[in-house]
Order: sequence, then C-alpha cells, then structure tokens
Amino acid sequence: MNSKRHRKSLNFARINAVFIKELIQMRRDRLTFAVMLAIPILELVLFGYAINTDPKHLPTAVHAEEFTPQVRSLIAGLVNSEYFDVSTNISDARDGEHLLASGEVVFVIEIPSGFTERLIRGERPQLLVAADASDPVAASNALARMNTIVNRALIKDFTGALSYLKSELGSVDLVLHPRYNPEGITQYNIVPGLLGVILTMTLVMITGVAMTRETERGTMENLLAMPGSPFEVMVGKILPFLGVGAVQTVIVLLVAHWLFAVPFVGSISLLLVSVALFIVANLALGFTFSTIAKTQIQAMQLTVFFFLPSMLLSGFMFPFRGMPMWAQVIGEVLPLTHFLRVVRGIMLKGAQFNDLRIDLAAIAAFMVVVVFIAMLRYKRTLD
Amino acid sequence: MTELAIDVSGLSKHFGNKIAVNKVDLHLPKGQVWGFLGPNGSGKTTTIRMLCGLLKATEGEGNCLGLDLRKDAELIRRHTGYMTQRFSFWNELTVRENLEFVARIYELKNRRRSVNDTLEVLGLAHRQHQLADALSGGWKQRLALAAVTMHKPELLLLDEPTAGVDPQARRDFWDQIHRLSNNGMTVLVSTHYMDEAERCDHIVYLAHGNLITEGTVPDIIDQSGLISFRAEGVGVRALEPRIKKLPGVEYAAYFAAGLHICGHDRSLLERAVNSVAMDGYHWQEIRPSLEDVFIALMEQTGADRRSHT
Repeated sequence: MNSKRHRKSLNFARINAVFIKELIQMRRDRLTFAVMLAIPILELVLFGYAINTDPKHLPTAVHAEEFTPQVRSLIAGLVNSEYFDVSTNISDARDGEHLLASGEVVFVIEIPSGFTERLIRGERPQLLVAADASDPVAASNALARMNTIVNRALIKDFTGALSYLKSELGSVDLVLHPRYNPEGITQYNIVPGLLGVILTMTLVMITGVAMTRETERGTMENLLAMPGSPFEVMVGKILPFLGVGAVQTVIVLLVAHWLFAVPFVGSISLLLVSVALFIVANLALGFTFSTIAKTQIQAMQLTVFFFLPSMLLSGFMFPFRGMPMWAQVIGEVLPLTHFLRVVRGIMLKGAQFNDLRIDLAAIAAFMVVVVFIAMLRYKRTLD
Repeated sequence: MTELAIDVSGLSKHFGNKIAVNKVDLHLPKGQVWGFLGPNGSGKTTTIRMLCGLLKATEGEGNCLGLDLRKDAELIRRHTGYMTQRFSFWNELTVRENLEFVARIYELKNRRRSVNDTLEVLGLAHRQHQLADALSGGWKQRLALAAVTMHKPELLLLDEPTAGVDPQARRDFWDQIHRLSNNGMTVLVSTHYMDEAERCDHIVYLAHGNLITEGTVPDIIDQSGLISFRAEGVGVRALEPRIKKLPGVEYAAYFAAGLHICGHDRSLLERAVNSVAMDGYHWQEIRPSLEDVFIALMEQTGADRRSHT
C-alpha cells in the first residue's frame, strides 16, 4: 500500500523519460536543429567580419576640371588613405547629383579649374567635397581625416622651389557640403530604414506560416482537393497582408513626421509605389518559406534566418560601404538593402525614379525569382 | 451495360520501395454506394486519393466520371466531393462561412441560395453561426458532408467519415448518404464498421494494397466458404484459449454473450466442437457474419491488425 501512495519527491527516472523524449524529437526535426546551429555561426561571422564602424573604401566620384601632377597626387593620396575609392571621373556636375542621390557614391570631390595655379601661388584654392551624410556614421570618419590626407598628399610635391607652400594652415581650403542630413541626426537615417525592417520582419513571418498552418491542421488536403491553381491560392493568401503592410507604412510615416520630424523631400507617390513593390516581394518570400517548411515553427525559423542578415548586411544598422566585399555581395541580394536606398533616397535626398531604377529593378527581380520558386514548390498533390 | 462512375484497372501506388496499392481494378456503376473495407494500412486512403487526383498513380489507367484519371485530374476535382479522414475545414470560420468559402471556390451561381439550401437539408441551419471549432464530432462530420456535396458532385469519396462518431450521428449520416445516392450520386465510402458495410450495395475488401474480394454482403459471405459455430452459456468465454488451439479452428472470438468459432473444414470443426461439448455447452451452426468473414480474411492474408497507416 505504501508504494502506491503519492510521493512528492523528485523522480529522476521521470525527468530522464522526458529528457530522452525531447532528445528524440529534437533529432527528428532536422531543420530546427540545423537552424539552431547555423544561427550562432551566422551571427559570429556577421558581427565578427562583416561589421565595421570605421568604414573604408567609400565610393567617390571626382569632377576635375584639370589633370595636373598636383591633382593626380591629390587623388592618389585619397586612394592611398583607403578611405576613398575613386571609382568614377565625371565631367558634368549634374552627374554628381545623380550619383549621390542614387547612393552609388558617398562623396563627390570637385576640383575647379585654376586649382593648381592658385595652389602654387599659395592662395589656398577651394576643394569642394559633397558628402552623402544621410547616414551620419558612414561618412564622418572619412570626412574628419580628409584635411590631413589632402595636405599630406600635396606636401610630398612641395619640394625645392615649392617648399614655401608648407604652411600650418594647410595648402587648400576644404569646403565640405554634408548633404541630405547636414546636422547628422541619426533618427533621420534610422526611422525611414525602420520602415523596411518592420515590413520585412512582420510580413515574411505572417505569410511564412500561411501554408504551413494549412498543412499542420489538415486543411491543406481539402484545399488541394478543390479547384484552384497555386497562383490563385498564393495571391488570395497574400492580399490581406498587403493591407496590413499598407497600414504599417502609414503608421511609420506618420510617426516619422510627427515624432521625429524626419524630412520628406521626395515624391510620396514614388515612395508608395516602391513600398507596394517591397511588400509584395516580402509576402512572396514568406509564401515561399511556407512551401519549404513543414511546420509553423520551421517557417518562423526560416524567417529569423533571413531576417538576421537583412538587419545586419543591408546597411540598416551598419554602413553598407564599410563592409567587406563578400558581405556587400550578399547584401545586394537582399531586398531590404535596395529598399533602404530607395526609402532614404526619396525621403532625405529627394531621389527621382531615374536615380532609383536599379534598386527598384533589383527588388522586382528578387520577387520574380521568389514567386517562381514558390510555384515550383507548391505541390498540387500530396506526393 | 450500366454506366460506370469509376472505371480503373491496374491502379498502383508505390512510395519508394513500399507498395501501398497493388494493381487494383474498380468498376463502380453510377448511382451505387460502394463500401471500402480492409485493415489499417491496406491502401484504402491511398486509392481514394488517387481517384480524386491528390496522389499520382504509379501505374494504372482509367476513367473517373468518363474523364481520364491522369489527364483530367483538374476536371475530376470539380465534379467530385472528397471528405478527408481528418476534419479538414476551418475551425476559425463559422459553419456558414466555411460553406460560403466552398461556394466561392466552386464558383457556384446563386451562392446565397446554395448555402441556405445545404444548411437546411443537412439540418445545420440553427448552427450556421457557430464556429466550426465549437461543433461536436458528429456535427463536424455533418458540416464536412455539407461542404463536399454543396457543388452537387457526381461522385462522392468518403474516407472513414464516421470514425469516432456516436451511433445516432452515424445513422443520420448514413441516411444522408442514401438520400444523396437516391438523387443519383455515386458514393465510395471507406469504413471499419460492419453495420456500415452492410448498408452498402457492394463491398470491396483490400489488404496490403491488394483487392482480396468484392461483391454484395451475401455474396461475400457465401464465397468465403466459411463455417461458423456458436455456443452460449455462463463461462463459455473461458473455453476460448483451449478451443483456439484445436485443429481446424481458424478463429475463435467471444461476442454477444456467445463464443464463435470459424473455419473452412467442416469435419475438423465438428470434431473440435464435439471435443468440448462434454463441458455441457450447446453448439449450433450459424451463418457466418460479415465480421467473421473479414477476420478470417485478415488472418489469411496475414494482415497485421496492429499496423497503422
């Protein structure tokens, strides 16, 4: 009789029973297990290698009216500093506007005609530097060092008869134009970016569970037994969330305006069209995840697995140009990267469609590929 | 010749190395109710899924409703109602919302009236605003039947529709099936219940993916060649272990307060009965029940009753 009495003490055999059951279940769910191992590796690589708060190799365009040995030394000095990658030489000042607005370059350096002559005369000629300051972190280090870099580059040439030019003041007058966000207010950069982050996180996840829920509850079999093409099912499934995304967009924009006073200099209609495209791309991705995952939890994990690099490699948290090449290549695949350029471009820089067409095309291409995969993965049968 | 609703030959389905369905022929005349029987894992669900296009047949050709099984899967779907083994409608939707969804998917004209008529005929009208989740098992089955018949399919495939439903609800459910059949619908229904099998016009028995026997209930009992004896009385149950071991006794089971023994060899069976008759029980030859026949078939085909799909 005594043995049947309820005992309150811990029973290790029972703990062991549950422990073994959990181990078996964990082993059977391969995807979950893989994601649990992959996420720390991913984080280590991203945080350890990809992120750099002292961004170098920033793309720079030079608009030089003359190409004298001094100008060449100056450009060489910029390149040697590793902060500036002089990728383009432009002949028209308007090209510089476009390159800055589209985000293709961070700096446009203008060397006016007569620069060398005035330099030699000791008149401290102006060197005009326009910088994309929409992300205050990205440009600040390079700008802070620019004076030193320029003077050091020129001083090497100031030998012999020119040695009188080695002045305390520096030989050129550096005129900086931090553009788009001259005060360097972080929120101006973060808040528009958050729009993309919020849309990515919520919409991919919400559609990610859309099909897996049907599978888990057994309603998938019914859905398949009824008429309807995969495309019809997909469009019907993602349409409601297009509305959700629209509401989120309105909320973020209103908060950006009222609470953070983020400027909006571009076209609202261009922004809305871009947002719609971005929302659909994310919904399609979520739908694709839900054709790959077997359970809702797996779909959530795939979302996290996608969301993490999106946050870190898109230029949302850390300057895109500061990352190593491989990280930038991955970043270029992610729709958030392009969307950030678009939304910041429109809101802060007043970028036009022409400035953003490559980024918009990239988002559209991503969407097409993802829809294609979803259609391949969506099975019309239970085979 | 009567028109066939299902006319397939050599239907097979392989999952990797496993043969789930092996060269099954089905020729099902229009307007009949056919029962699909067999132990768990015998291939009933797989066959039904192949018939409505949810699984691609590995081998075999044929027609469903005069449409090619392979080429016209989409069209077959439109004219077939398939009720899955597990309740597969949407729990977050009310009864009415579920039916409206189905009406939209099938592009029914006059949607409102179709939904109202269906609710009325299946006695769901007073529950139309309840969430499907809140329905009991019997009512869920009724909702599922309503949903899969609303587009007036010519062929109805029901996969264990009454599993876990109480006898009253099962009886109501079968009344509905006969009503639909009287209106010209062809029905193929899988079941484990003998009383349901006896309500069918024709029975097909599957085991291990093979079609073992088919026919009307009396035909199947006659064809089986099975002989049954029965004894009643207090303590007769205790005889079961002993009598089972006797030669010729293929199967012994206690039910309805009596012990049944079955076998194919009359002389051996009679000898077995006589050897235990001294215990004072009166043995009587009876007509084998359908259950006797099926259990004998299961033993013959070596089907493992413990296996699951």
